Amino acid sequence: MSPPLSPEQPARISLELGSGGRLMREFLHRHILASFRSPLLRDLPDAVHLEAGIAFTTDAYVVDPLFFPGGDIGRLAVNGTVNDLVVSGARPQFLSLSLILEEGLPLADLKRILASIRSAAAAAGVEVVTGDTKVVRRGQADKVFIVTSGVGKILAKPAPAKVKPGDAVIVTGNLGEHSLAVLLARGDFSLSAKVKSDCAPLRFLLPLWKQGALWMRDITRGGLATILSELAERLPYSVLIEEENIPLSRPVRGAAELLGVDPLYLACEGRAVLVVSAKKAKAAIRSLRRHPQGRRATVIGRVENKVGKPGELLLATLAGGLRRLEPLTSELLPRIC
Amino acid sequence: MKEFRDRKVLAGLLRSIGRRAEQASPPVRMMEVCGTHTMTIHRFGLQPLLEKAGVIMTSGPGCPVCITPDAYHEAAIGLMAGRPDTILATFGDMTRVPTRQGSLQTAIPASGSRLKIVYSPQEALEMARQNPSREVVFFGVGFETTIPSIALTVKQAAREHLSNFSVLSALWIIPPPLRAILESGEVRLRGFLYPGHVSAIIGLRPYAFVPEEFGLAGAVAGFEPADVLLAVSSVLDQIIRQKPVVANEYSRVVREEGNPRALALMEEILELKDAHWRGLGLIPRSGLKIRDLFGAWDAEKKHRLKLDPGSSELPGCRCGEVLRGVLAPPLCGLFGRKCRPESPLGPCMVSLEGACLVYYKYSQP
Amino acid sequence: MCLAVPAKIVSLDESRQGEVDYLGTRVKANFAFLEEAKPGDWVIVHAGFAISRMDEEEAQETLSLLRELASAQDT
Repeated sequence: MSPPLSPEQPARISLELGSGGRLMREFLHRHILASFRSPLLRDLPDAVHLEAGIAFTTDAYVVDPLFFPGGDIGRLAVNGTVNDLVVSGARPQFLSLSLILEEGLPLADLKRILASIRSAAAAAGVEVVTGDTKVVRRGQADKVFIVTSGVGKILAKPAPAKVKPGDAVIVTGNLGEHSLAVLLARGDFSLSAKVKSDCAPLRFLLPLWKQGALWMRDITRGGLATILSELAERLPYSVLIEEENIPLSRPVRGAAELLGVDPLYLACEGRAVLVVSAKKAKAAIRSLRRHPQGRRATVIGRVENKVGKPGELLLATLAGGLRRLEPLTSELLPRIC
Repeated sequence: MKEFRDRKVLAGLLRSIGRRAEQASPPVRMMEVCGTHTMTIHRFGLQPLLEKAGVIMTSGPGCPVCITPDAYHEAAIGLMAGRPDTILATFGDMTRVPTRQGSLQTAIPASGSRLKIVYSPQEALEMARQNPSREVVFFGVGFETTIPSIALTVKQAAREHLSNFSVLSALWIIPPPLRAILESGEVRLRGFLYPGHVSAIIGLRPYAFVPEEFGLAGAVAGFEPADVLLAVSSVLDQIIRQKPVVANEYSRVVREEGNPRALALMEEILELKDAHWRGLGLIPRSGLKIRDLFGAWDAEKKHRLKLDPGSSELPGCRCGEVLRGVLAPPLCGLFGRKCRPESPLGPCMVSLEGACLVYYKYSQP
Repeated sequence: MCLAVPAKIVSLDESRQGEVDYLGTRVKANFAFLEEAKPGDWVIVHAGFAISRMDEEEAQETLSLLRELASAQDT
């Protein structure tokens, strides 16, 4: 047997490279960024601002299973791309839709997905205007893969450079529902819970760009802790969040504890984290809570310069302790004891 | 039950711990044996709060994935080589432990679904029932909390005369390494926090030698932050009064006699063996193996596996010292540098109960 | 799967298989090691097996102790 390869130079793509954590970022820097020279790519934006006031983004969707409580791959494919535009400061307008279909996929499933895409697009206020369809042999793709690209009109530019100590960190609702809904729908576990995916468009956040929002991200792969630590790393301050303020539904709290997973690392598909300037935070919460998707919007923390070191993301625990939150490094695996 | 995490409750407990520690010549060093206790302590940020109060917590060998030597993984990898129809089922953490031959995950090709992660030995048994033409080997690792369920699974397989199921067992019992640690004198401990759920099975008596032969205080603890602090408080009380005992601070779950049914089943299916522990070497009568009567379901016998007791860790890995309580993870030169969760060099950085991973995930600012 | 939290038994059949509930999540469990357990009891489940039943009285005692500590004044 040949010895294991040094961890720094894997010769083959491993699953962990797609999990959204640190390994993926290192991979992107070393291999993707190194291949392309555009200065627009440098910060690896989810959505890029082009000249002529257009924002542009793309995403691939490979969720398994295709259908889960609260959504399906079609709904995801629309909202994921719409949301990347919203959090980059743009009003989403048009989508392209590319479908890669595995031979043998039941037509009924495809029709269901297309209907889902239609209604999600309508709800998100976007039009599907171009696309592509490919069919590959049985076994060469897992049922359906979808790629959507989106363009939108730039309304505002995120300004993380303007973030100051005292500015509020807000999440728009309960965490972790999408991840858990998908995990449980896979039937891998002998547990069941009433958890529905939170997959939804975040259009209702657009007005906040004119109401004190400095920075926003949708809380996808890697969860809140990973997303926020990426922000913290760029700041000359620390970011402090309070464990007791994190909004979690009862079923998510329970299922996460049972599975030994930390809700701070679970992906959502319809929740965002925002930094809003201190003076405008209260009004922002009121504005968010007026919308059905924002009823549980909460200030969970603030930008700090008196606790921890610059670049750190800190958690004030329920017990009154303090700990640092690291970005997700690899797949979450439930524990054995 | 939220009182067990209530800020005021914990502050009150910490204050009383501070007062007691003052009377016990601080700093008072204690060992929490169980990895899940290490997790509670760090997840809630209790370590620095306890240090301020005069108590230093040291993590112990209570992580079954961590103390299982590479020899077992290598035997499993060897078994699976050239056996495309065999399914190896095991708990998640086990698949990522790095050895000189790679981890189970990297060494066993994914095609044909040969490596399956399960959460209970029952799932592995069910796999064998559903796939009569395939050999299923359950790689079962655990302390006394898990051992009864593995024993029951073997018993069921025997009763059903399943010919395609066996267990590669790495079963460890908690009291012997405590004795080994105390006898070595490497760490100057003044008390133990005993594992909560192991104790739910074995009761309190197996720890009696600790106060009786070594004069050391100890308390069984639950897993909420208040449980841990209550147990720390109890240990301090014993030190102050110079009356070491085995206190039960998890009385809502742990009974003095443990769980007699579980113990009886263990006795029926398993017997003691001398075992090599990572970091602790050979400890007499510290492991359990399947009795000859059930040998047909013992993967070591059935598949004639050889466990090489001399097989060693990856170069530079100091998991053994961490498990003995002589090295705190951040003091290992590899910690956070070459050894990280995404590129672990030892099981302590893989297992969710491993001290290194706990320290890494729940790092202090 | 190690559940370090007590869960409530919601169903239990003669073969000692059943389900427990924790904050609305249901988990299957085997009750071979707990002869006296019945629906409504709180148990600790580990790797698919219930290993101990929670003693209500002891739990209440511990809770009272904790509540006292929360209100205790520092001398």
